[in-house]
Amino acid sequence: MAEPAPDRHGPRRRLAPRAHRSNALHPGAWWLWALGLATAASRTTNPLLIGLLIGVAGYVVAARRTSAPWARSYGAFVKLALVVIGIRLVFATVLGSPIPGTHLIVTLPEVPLPDWAQGVRIGGRVTAEGVVFALYDGVRLAGLLICVGAANALASPARLLKSLPGALYEVGVAVVVAMTFAPNLIADVQRLRAARRLRGRPDSGVRGLLQVGMPVLEGALERSVALAAAMDARGFGRTAAVPARVRRTTAVLTLGGLMGVCAGTYGLLTAEGTTYGLPVLGAGLGAALGGLWLGGRRSVRTRYRPDRWGARAWLVAGSGAAVAGLMIAASSSAPEALHPGVVPLIAPALPLLPAAAVLIGLLPAFVAPVPPPAEAPVPARPAKPLRLNAKEKTS
Amino acid sequence: MTMIRFEDVSVRYEGAAGPTIRGVDLAVPEGELVLLVGPSGVGKSTLLGTVSGLVPHFTGGTLRGRVTVAGRDTRTHKPRELADVVGTVGQDPLAHFVTDTVEDELAYGMESLGLAPDVMRRRVEETLDLLGLADLRDRPITTLSGGQQQRVAIGSVLTPHPRVLVLDEPTSALDPAAAEEVLAVLQRLVHDLGTTVLMAEHRLERVVQYADQVLLLAAPGEPPLLGDPAEVMAVSPVYPPVVDLGRLAGVTPLPLTVRDARRRTGGLRERLAGVVPGEAAPEGGRSPEAPGGGRPGAPKPPPAEAVAAATGHASRWRRIGRKGRGGGAEVAASNAVKPTGAAPVGAPAARVGGLAVLRGRVEALRRVDFDVSAGETVALMGRNGAGKSTLLSTLVGLLAPASGTVRVGGAVPHRTAPRELIRHVGLVPQEPRDLLYADTVAAECAAADGDADAAPGTCRALVAELLPGIADDTHPRDLSEGQRLALALAIVLAARPPLLLLDEPTRGLDYAAKARLVTILRGLAAEDHAIVLATHDVELAAELAHRVVILAEGEVVADGPTADVVVASPSFAPQVTKILAPQRWLTVTQVRQALRAAEEEGEAP
Repeated sequence: MAEPAPDRHGPRRRLAPRAHRSNALHPGAWWLWALGLATAASRTTNPLLIGLLIGVAGYVVAARRTSAPWARSYGAFVKLALVVIGIRLVFATVLGSPIPGTHLIVTLPEVPLPDWAQGVRIGGRVTAEGVVFALYDGVRLAGLLICVGAANALASPARLLKSLPGALYEVGVAVVVAMTFAPNLIADVQRLRAARRLRGRPDSGVRGLLQVGMPVLEGALERSVALAAAMDARGFGRTAAVPARVRRTTAVLTLGGLMGVCAGTYGLLTAEGTTYGLPVLGAGLGAALGGLWLGGRRSVRTRYRPDRWGARAWLVAGSGAAVAGLMIAASSSAPEALHPGVVPLIAPALPLLPAAAVLIGLLPAFVAPVPPPAEAPVPARPAKPLRLNAKEKTS
Repeated sequence: MTMIRFEDVSVRYEGAAGPTIRGVDLAVPEGELVLLVGPSGVGKSTLLGTVSGLVPHFTGGTLRGRVTVAGRDTRTHKPRELADVVGTVGQDPLAHFVTDTVEDELAYGMESLGLAPDVMRRRVEETLDLLGLADLRDRPITTLSGGQQQRVAIGSVLTPHPRVLVLDEPTSALDPAAAEEVLAVLQRLVHDLGTTVLMAEHRLERVVQYADQVLLLAAPGEPPLLGDPAEVMAVSPVYPPVVDLGRLAGVTPLPLTVRDARRRTGGLRERLAGVVPGEAAPEGGRSPEAPGGGRPGAPKPPPAEAVAAATGHASRWRRIGRKGRGGGAEVAASNAVKPTGAAPVGAPAARVGGLAVLRGRVEALRRVDFDVSAGETVALMGRNGAGKSTLLSTLVGLLAPASGTVRVGGAVPHRTAPRELIRHVGLVPQEPRDLLYADTVAAECAAADGDADAAPGTCRALVAELLPGIADDTHPRDLSEGQRLALALAIVLAARPPLLLLDEPTRGLDYAAKARLVTILRGLAAEDHAIVLATHDVELAAELAHRVVILAEGEVVADGPTADVVVASPSFAPQVTKILAPQRWLTVTQVRQALRAAEEEGEAP
């Protein structure tokens, strides 16, 4: 992956300011942008278009990614996407493909299966058409994953959770704590496996992993308890006194709303309920949201410097929406360009208009605030009079 | 005005034989810095917990009596309802953080209390300036150094403007410079904002001069003593070297700061003027062993078993063939002087040349040359993150060098099988608990014998020596910090490695446990073990090390005999050195024995 170039001092700086806390882009805008790209990717199987989409997402990530820990998740998503393509290809090769094909690549030995497993095939003919179809399909899934990965890398998950309504705050905290739990657990496992080496035992292998399991869980539990104590001591869970009337109304609204949502959904899905389905669903949703809003009154929390939804957020979210909208329009007007055929096998062509639409997704790389150059992970500390009589460094 | 009032408070935990603290009846006035001192396991953390309400609301147990903070009774107020008057920072700052960046962390407490956004903004800016964190405001907390994290933790409880600050060992994990940063902040809070601070700390040499009053918990279940620092130090079982020296010089009231001590112990300097500490080192160049009577500098009333233990070790570890000793006076003097003079010259136990180690993209070590010989004790010092632990990890093969050579007793650590390597080198990690897997001490020892191919019972015998009176079926988790360290040390020693590495061994140890550790390690050095300690504890280095190596930003910036290196450095000099400068004394033990020798000489002729 490309790192943000260190000499990013060109005219781009004029378009987008250096990022700091008060001009930070709303994390929701990044998610809307990424979901727009993902929607576009789901509308096509043309590998050239999806490749372009992946390139757009990757370029924006490279240009606007911070040095924060979550920003490193992008690489993991790319690897996951490659694995998905691989799995899809292996399945198509081994389990066969429903695509009829004439270009035979190889014929694998077929495993004879009993009668009850009819319809399942292991081994047999592998055709170029089947493989290409699986490849297109895999690339589309990979595109979706990479778009989600881009959102993950660009938007701080903690800041996104801060945008939740007050009544859902506790849920948000639970998620954040759970998210920090996993990296800590991995660090513990690594440390304890290293410690096994100090006792003269091999530091790899399954047995080693099992033996450190117990201490790792103990450590995780202890850390959770310590965190809970710290949060409690810092005022987590303080509630405001709310009149009984408001409390009761909240409960009625929330429960009634949820029942309404259930009934409305049921109505929409059954044949005879289409008339009342939509209104009941709407009323239920409204009541549930009202319940959430009222529930927020129990919480005394305030928010410190919430991210504002400004013009740049509109531009970023809008560019994603534009890509999605244009691609949907293109898929209804010229479907064949977005879905290159595999029977007969033809080389996919790049349709110009949809490709131009995808390039709109590059907008965030120009308008989103530029993150400061990556800090070195080793913290710079004020110099202390430490250099003594020994080797004087003049450099 | 009284800020914290304890009224006949006792706390008893479920299943404990007796109350952990008993008969606490005292008042802490507003705007004072009160230092809570005492040996390990006397209930210091429990006492601190009662102020924030975490004891008993969070920990369980029964609290009798009443604790009131700013007029609020902790029995009826949960910790979250005290959050606006009490700020608590525990031992591990990382366990304290809820959010991921510095600025959010500072705001978290205020958000919970529901302060108005403009108030929050103003206070965050003020606190960033007060603690010198302004440059770090957007940084993820995990990328900060230990001292920075500790300052963020303190800042995060300061923003709601609590009237009481409760701190449990705020400087234990920090290097001397970072500790000074944190303490300067605390002093500023007390002086400028009138915050009441209640703080527990083992490293008294760092903090005692800042205290307005000292609260002494001398033994478990004993009622505490609150009073003037100098008066309490006169009776305390734990005290810093400056107090020890003051007691030795018979100064009353006892000096608490280096400056005080310098001004009032002028007589001592005169008495020592004729003796040169380096001169007293034995000619043979071999380090003198721990004297048979245990370390004379050990705390005055050490627990009985500690004395017994120390004596036992000394006899066990005593080396026989002493040589090159002259008359009686010289023997006494040489006993006095810790092995700073000539470093012993033995076979090289480890040799590191031109070593570079990468951790991720960071060059953790650069062009490091480092040797250690048999029988030599080396202290590795330097700030947090200077590369001390990296060097130790490389010596045991946990990290592979990017370039350069590492040889430990002829083996290349990262290419040697673990089973083979433990015969050459053993490391006691920063958290000794990492080495312990089993449910009982006996099982742990049996496993260690198996790992090391030692005769069954080898490890158990070592445990019995290092840690007398520990039952076979004790769970390692129930051991105290110092006992766990001794158990880990015994496990490592079961393989009899000629090179022994210890990472930050005195963290969380009280003076008695530290004295025991010093005795043990001296015995090992006398048995020709090479020892390398990574430590922030300048007093420990002064006490033990023949040589000090200072690392900064992955490079060796100083390497030489302890006396030469630490005397030249303001942050690494032990208190005794600072007090008696320009004479070159390192420890109270040294001074005491030199005085005794001089006295005997005075009587003898």
